[in-house]
Amino acid sequence: MQEKILKLLEENARLTNRELSVMLGISESAAASAVDALEKSGVISGYRAIVNWEQVDKARVNAWIELKVSPKRDTGFDEVAQRIMEFDEVVSVYLMSGSYDLLVEINGYSLQDVAMFVAKQLSTIDGVLSTSTSFLLKKYKDKGTVLGGEEESDKRSMVL
Amino acid sequence: MIDYNSVLSSRIRSVQPSGIRRFFDLANSSGLSDIISLSIGEPDFATPWHIRQAAIDSIEKGRTFYSPNRGFTDLLESVSEYCTRRFGLTYDPKTEILVTVGGSEAIDCALRCLVSPGDEVLIPQPSFVCYEPLTVMAGGVPVPIVTEAKDEFRLTAEALKNAITPNTKVLVLPFPNNPTGAVMRRAHLEEIAQILRDTNIMILSDEIYCELTYGDTPHVSIAEIDGMRERTIIINGFSKSFAMTGWRLGWAMGPEPVLTQMTKLHQFGIMSAPTTAQYGAMEAMRSGDPDIARMRDEYDLRRRYIVHRLRAMGLECFEPEGAFYVFPCIRSTGMTSEEFCTRMIQEEHVAVVPGSAFGSSGEGFIRISYSYSLKHITEALDRMERFIAKNKR
Repeated sequence: MQEKILKLLEENARLTNRELSVMLGISESAAASAVDALEKSGVISGYRAIVNWEQVDKARVNAWIELKVSPKRDTGFDEVAQRIMEFDEVVSVYLMSGSYDLLVEINGYSLQDVAMFVAKQLSTIDGVLSTSTSFLLKKYKDKGTVLGGEEESDKRSMVL
Repeated sequence: MIDYNSVLSSRIRSVQPSGIRRFFDLANSSGLSDIISLSIGEPDFATPWHIRQAAIDSIEKGRTFYSPNRGFTDLLESVSEYCTRRFGLTYDPKTEILVTVGGSEAIDCALRCLVSPGDEVLIPQPSFVCYEPLTVMAGGVPVPIVTEAKDEFRLTAEALKNAITPNTKVLVLPFPNNPTGAVMRRAHLEEIAQILRDTNIMILSDEIYCELTYGDTPHVSIAEIDGMRERTIIINGFSKSFAMTGWRLGWAMGPEPVLTQMTKLHQFGIMSAPTTAQYGAMEAMRSGDPDIARMRDEYDLRRRYIVHRLRAMGLECFEPEGAFYVFPCIRSTGMTSEEFCTRMIQEEHVAVVPGSAFGSSGEGFIRISYSYSLKHITEALDRMERFIAKNKR
């Protein structure tokens, strides 16, 4: 049941407890307490709109920076990650396996903006060995949702 | 000038066009561009990717030839295994199963192999629109049996008993039902079996929606009931369970003497079902069970949501337990089915199908399909709610 609630809310966070209860065939109070428990335990950490900022501001850019970092003796990668997290421009920070260590997602107002941020703020952090910046060009699918252009029309035809 | 009325067969000329279709042409000619529809009777999911991939692979390997008449051995065997796994039915893949071009061909083929001129075919209604015309084309006489909302649209033993005559040859058993969403549970089938046991009546059990039943108990085939296997032709297919409508692939299963004749007819009329589709279907049979579960869960929550909304609008709505349709009663608006549907298109730009398209006993009802996304369903129901509020008596 928990998983079903999560899937429904992941698709549409604005469903009311009443609607959830109807769809899942449980009581409204059961739905309410399940959602409450998920929120309290942190499984649901928040609700937010999915915004296509590109439509608001054409120049806005999204970049992914791969960082090679030399880990600290006691704190490993945590210390560097901690410092990076503090910047408002940084949307997400992940520790990765493979050919680099930290993956940092950045929202900026322009290419120049992001490039300067990387050069001045990220590459200068003690322990950062190198950076590689990639700009996002187009989102085809995001958080399980297929994006792009006009909504595809119903291809089904009435056959009988 | 050739007189086509004298050229065309009297049988085909006596067949009325599909009522669903007729209503659709009406909707299309309305000139409205923002019509939102809850009327289509096929899954809104694309075929699961691994199934598509299997079909693509077969084309890449050049497997583009006819299959054996009955279908590929691998597919027949996996269909047989699937039916054992899911329904406890045992059919010999070599002699008792035929792969067809959709369930539709299997229905046509079965009727043409069973019906002699004048034989009566019992057809519970409301039901899918093909049984009557195909019976007529096979030279039989269609005999509708009315199923009612008070019986949750099940075929009752009493109604069946009253319809049987010395000429009765076939009983069509269309459950889970399109358009009502009714299902026949084991106890109900036992009652039907009781009446048929000592007769020569054959059952054409159209179980195309067998994977789409809701609630705790899965679908039961009448062939599972004591004494029924020998008189039952099961119709099934990949369209609804695996979202494979466009692949046109189904199957018939039944006693060897009947299947032998059906295979002969299929051989002359069709030769063999599409090869590429059969490769996709093999993959579906092997590893499609999780897809079925995923899609059924999704249909189930839409079903609950729609029934809840319709009842909140004040419409009487029996809870459907199968397929992907709800069949609410709209008599409280004082309109006929057709009037209701026509005006709802004109006033709120929502298209649903009048119940009368599925037999005269569907009058007073409408068919709403939930093979649409929740978002789409919500928008359509919001409009429908306005329409009902305006027109409620």
